[in-house]
This record gives sequence, structure tokens and C-alpha cells, in this order.
Amino acid sequence: MNAALVLAQGVQNQMSTGESISFWVLGPLALFGALGMIFARNAVHSALFLVLTMLSLGVLYMVQQAPFLGFVQIIVYTGAIMMLFLFVLMLVGRDSSDSVVEVLRGQRLFGTILGIGLAVLIVAAVARSLSEVTPTGLQGQEANGGVGNVENIGRSIFTDWLFPFELTSALLITAAVGAMVLGYVDRHTRGRKTQKEMVEARFRGEHDRPSPLPGPGVFATSSSVATPALLPDGSIAPESLSRLIESAAADSFDDERKAVAGGAHAAEARALNPTSEGETK
Amino acid sequence: MDRAALLADDPVWLILIKAVVILLIGPIMTVVLIVAERKIIGRMQQRPGPNRVGPFGLLQSVADAIKLPFKEQIIPATADRKIYFLAPVIATIPALIALSVMPIGPEVSIFGERTVLQLVELPVGALVVLACSSVGVYGIVLAGWSSGSPYPLLGGLRSAAQVISYEIALGLSIVAVVLYTGSLSTSAIVEAQHSGWYFYLLIPSFLIFLVSMVGETNRAPFDLPEAESELVGGFHTEYSSMKFALFFLAEYANMVVLTAFATTLFLGGYMAPWPISLIGDNYLNTGWWPVLWFFGKMFVLLFGFIWLRATLPRFRYDQFMKLGWKVLVPANLVWIVAVVAVRAFRNEQDISTGQWVFWIGAGVLVLILLALLLPDRKVEDDEERVPITGGGYPVPPLDLEIPQPPKRKAVRGRERRRQRATVAAVAQEKESTNGDV
Repeated sequence: MNAALVLAQGVQNQMSTGESISFWVLGPLALFGALGMIFARNAVHSALFLVLTMLSLGVLYMVQQAPFLGFVQIIVYTGAIMMLFLFVLMLVGRDSSDSVVEVLRGQRLFGTILGIGLAVLIVAAVARSLSEVTPTGLQGQEANGGVGNVENIGRSIFTDWLFPFELTSALLITAAVGAMVLGYVDRHTRGRKTQKEMVEARFRGEHDRPSPLPGPGVFATSSSVATPALLPDGSIAPESLSRLIESAAADSFDDERKAVAGGAHAAEARALNPTSEGETK
Repeated sequence: MDRAALLADDPVWLILIKAVVILLIGPIMTVVLIVAERKIIGRMQQRPGPNRVGPFGLLQSVADAIKLPFKEQIIPATADRKIYFLAPVIATIPALIALSVMPIGPEVSIFGERTVLQLVELPVGALVVLACSSVGVYGIVLAGWSSGSPYPLLGGLRSAAQVISYEIALGLSIVAVVLYTGSLSTSAIVEAQHSGWYFYLLIPSFLIFLVSMVGETNRAPFDLPEAESELVGGFHTEYSSMKFALFFLAEYANMVVLTAFATTLFLGGYMAPWPISLIGDNYLNTGWWPVLWFFGKMFVLLFGFIWLRATLPRFRYDQFMKLGWKVLVPANLVWIVAVVAVRAFRNEQDISTGQWVFWIGAGVLVLILLALLLPDRKVEDDEERVPITGGGYPVPPLDLEIPQPPKRKAVRGRERRRQRATVAAVAQEKESTNGDV
């Protein structure tokens, strides 16, 4: 009886070929991602290496009969959290290089101490799990004595661990509301107007004109921005010329002005470019 | 034997065939969809659409697919080259993978081997689709960032924010389905719809799913990451040739995946629709027939996508975010609570349907009475209010006559014109000869 149990356990402790292959592929990948995340110079590259590590871990979970954990890892960590990181990094700008100045005093010392402490904890936990804990199979419908592992996770969260679960969500909501309270600036205090208010202000005459400035007559008769647009009655719309053109030498636009005003020469049938009279001959 | 056991029984060659078919569905549907979209939008805008390549222009996207890879590849000098290469690949691959969990049909026999039309059966099938779409977005975001120019960067930023917001709405709208089914597996969800499809049992979930589906695939009216009128091409401004083609493929494959997902979750998956399901003791729900129903339902949803694009203008960015966070997510949460409450009551007590209807009706009545008690909003009597039209600026006259649009049958019209032209020519000839004489 006892021997049979030990034997069964021995079978369970064996890794299948597929599992070991995926471990030896994904393990180094995860490690490579972790190292790359630390040593990459560019912040976005660093974040991407972290994504690689998280994806490898997610697939490892799936291989070890925890598909729910694996996919939630991918959706929540790579899909939402790392995406937020990338979002912030992109907002800050791609060339924001590392600052070497220490803002918090003694940060490195404490960081090292806490890091070593965390490493010791993890190593101890792994060592204990290797030697003392007997593994429970997660395979198939009979895992954890019943209906398979998604249902079991749901059941234990909403029965045995309901209070810690609710506490965690309360903590997260507090954090989210706090961030919003700190970050929110009211539209009225910023003095920004809505689109409707802007339209009304324009028509009330608080701005120079209700519509945007007309574009120049480019491509109608010439390809020069110095060509003004024409109003329906054929007169020149002065706003259509850029103010920059005023600062250029006036006589350099003489030909264009003449051409548009119709004072130059009769337009050729096929010429879109108004040329001076000498050239047409 | 249940589906999982049947699938576990598959020989390797069958798995390979299924995998290849699943991978091909995406590209083939893309080719079909592009022509269909251009033709349909053309028709909706009173023009024929592509009609030069092949019969009725049906081979247009084949021609495009051949042309695109042979175009010049341009890589901007400021691009982050490795990520620039990687981004289209990241965008495409998850979109092609996600179809593998869709149950396309029931038990069939392929070369004498009994199997079901599905590549893998996972207890968390619904999450696979979500995971794939959340990874696929990295392609878009990274494409925007690595191009090293402002427009793509803006497109990438928009896409990141858009996907985070709409994935929450999408995920929440699945919750009610999962509550009803009691399982996350896609085939179990389809099985559970034997008694009634979820699109009318869970109407709010279905509507929210449809809206966030459009947001998730970056399609009009939510195509802010590539808004042509604002951002040139958005995240793919700097992409050309094969890499651009990959983005195209990813967009359409994503549409296919999400419509397949909506079909599975809400439209009864591969099951025959109602009047057809009555024929011959539901004979058309066995064998290979369900593949037809599955793709038929998908095409209905895809037509909806195209219709939306032809109809609606693009949202402004803040309106879009407001819709996601202030409408879809809260509505979804309220709806989930309602579903949970109803189910809890059902599990606890024996309440007859009549009592249900009575209490729900009473609740609605109370809500209506409460709504009547609300004071009307005061109409602001603003002296300074200005009418936005009129006031000295040219407006079209009230009795403006709109010319009748020409007949839509382009071919018939052309023939008639040709006839008329020949008649006119004959008449002219006569006239000219008369003149000579």
C-alpha cells in the first residue's frame, strides 16, 4: 500500500518529455529576458525584455497544468500592466536616458539589502518545496479532488479565501481612487472650453473670424503659396496669404500677382504655370 | 465521448491538417474581406467599387497581395530597427493563433477518423482569445514607437490607451456568459446555448461586446490609432511593402477572430439558426453543415463592421474614452450584478415564472414612477446665446432643390447611354448631310 503510494508519487514527480523540452526552452528565455531587462540601456527595450520573461512564465504555467494561471498571467501582466508601463515610457519620450544622480539617499544600500533578503526568501521557499512538500497532481478533472482547476480556483476564492480576496480588491480600489483624486484637474479650473463653447464664442465675435483662414490659391493657377485665393466676385482674399510672405521681398511675387489679377497675359490653354510674357513667346 | 476526449484521440496528421487550415483561414478571409469591404462600401456610396481585375473585380485583393511584397521597403533613419522589424510579426501571429480554440463544428469524420472541428479544447478557451488580442496590440504600440516619428508615436499611444480601456469592457461582457454557462471553455459555451442563444438572453452583454469588439480591432468609427485625417496613417505611417501588408493581415485577421468569438459566445456557435434547425429533426446541425452556419454568422457580423465604417464618422478621442469608461464599463458591472442576483434567487428559492414577471414588472413600474418625480432640467434662458447658423453668413436656401441621384444600375445605364449615343450620331449624320446638300 505504502510502496504503491510512493511509486505513484514517483510517477507524478517525473517530468514528461514535452514538459522538459518546454522547460529547457522557456527557462533560458525567461532568464535571458530578466538579464536583458536589467542591462538594457533603453527603457523600452528593458520593458520588452520583461514582457518576454512574463510570457515565458505564462507558458510554463500552462505546461504545468495551470492554464488559468498561465492565461491570466498573459492577460493581466503582459496585456495590461506592461502595456501601461510602455504607455508611460512612450509619453515620457524615447530618449530619456538613465539619470545617474541618486534622488533618494541611501537607496542603493537599502535596495541591496532588500534584494538579498528577497533572494534568500525565494531560495528558502524553493528549497523547502523541493524537499518537504509533497506535490499534488493538477492534471485532469480529478485535480484537487473534484471538478478541475478553473472551478477549484473559483470555489476557493469565493469561499475559503473570500475575505482576503475582498481586502485585496478594497486595497486596489483605494489606490485607484487615490490616484484619480491626486491626478484629476477639473476642466473649469484649467479654464478649458468645450467645443460647443468655443463655437459660440467664435460666432459671438470673441475671435477674429468664425472659420479658419482660407488657404492660398495654390494649384488653381500656380504652384506658389504666394498666390492668393480669389473670392467669389474675383477679388483677392488677403487673409489667404501667409504672413511670412509679407516679410519676403515684395517684387519677387510681382509676376504671380499680375497673373492672378488677370493683368499679365492671356492664359495659355494648357499652361497651368503662369509664365512671364517674354518666356511664352 | 466528449469533445476533449475526441480531440485527444487525434493522430498527428489530422492535427497538422487542422493547424494548417486554421492558419489559412485568417489570410484567405483577409483577401475575401478586402474585396467585399471595398465593393460594399462602394455600393453604399453610389459607386461600383473595384471592377477592373477579374470578373466584377473579385481578384482585386489577389492582385494587391501580389503587388505589395514587391514594393520597396523603406526604413526611416530614426527607426529602432530591431523592434521596427519585430512589430508587424508580433501584431500578426497572435491574430492567427486565436482561431485554434474556436469550435467550428461538431463531430465529423475526416478520412475515416472521428474528430471534432476544433484544434484544441482548453478549459480556459475564452481567455485564449483575450490573451491573443492583448499580445497582438504590442505590435501596434511598438510599431508606433519604433518608427521614430511623431505621427506613428501618437498612433501607438492612442492604441495603448484604447486597448487597455476596451479590453476591460470586452472581458466584462464575457463574464455574464461564463456565469450562465459555468465554464470558460468555448465548446461548453456553445453546448450551453442549445436551449437558447445568449444574444437575446444576455442582450446588454451582447451589445457591449459588439461595441468593444469594434474598439478592440481599431475599426471605424473607433480607428483612432490610424486616423487618416489626423495622423496620416497612424502607427503604420512609416511602414511599406511586406511589413505594411502584415499589419493589414493582422487587422483583418483580428476582425475574423473577434467575430468568430462573438459567434461562439452569443450566436450559438456552429448551431443552425432557428427556422433551419426545425428541418428534419435538426439534421442540418450534424456533419459538415454547421461549418456553413458558423461562417454565415461570422459574415453577418463582418458585414456589420463594414456597414459601420460606411456609416459613422470617427469619434473624437475624448468621446471615445468617455464611452468606454463612463458607459460601457459601469453598465457592464451593473448588469453582471443583476445577473448574479437573478441566479442567486433562482438557486435559493422556487419562484414561478409568473411571480418573476410580476416582480420585475413592479420594479420597472416603480422606476418609471421615480423617474416622473425627477424635476425637469431648467432650460437655460441665456441672453447671450447665439444661433450657430445664420447671422449674416451664407446658408443654403430653405427651398433648395436636391437633384435626383442617377439610377444605380451602372451597367444598364451605360447600355442605355450607348444606345442614345448611336441614335444621336445617326441624327447628326443626317443633319450634316442635309447641310451639305
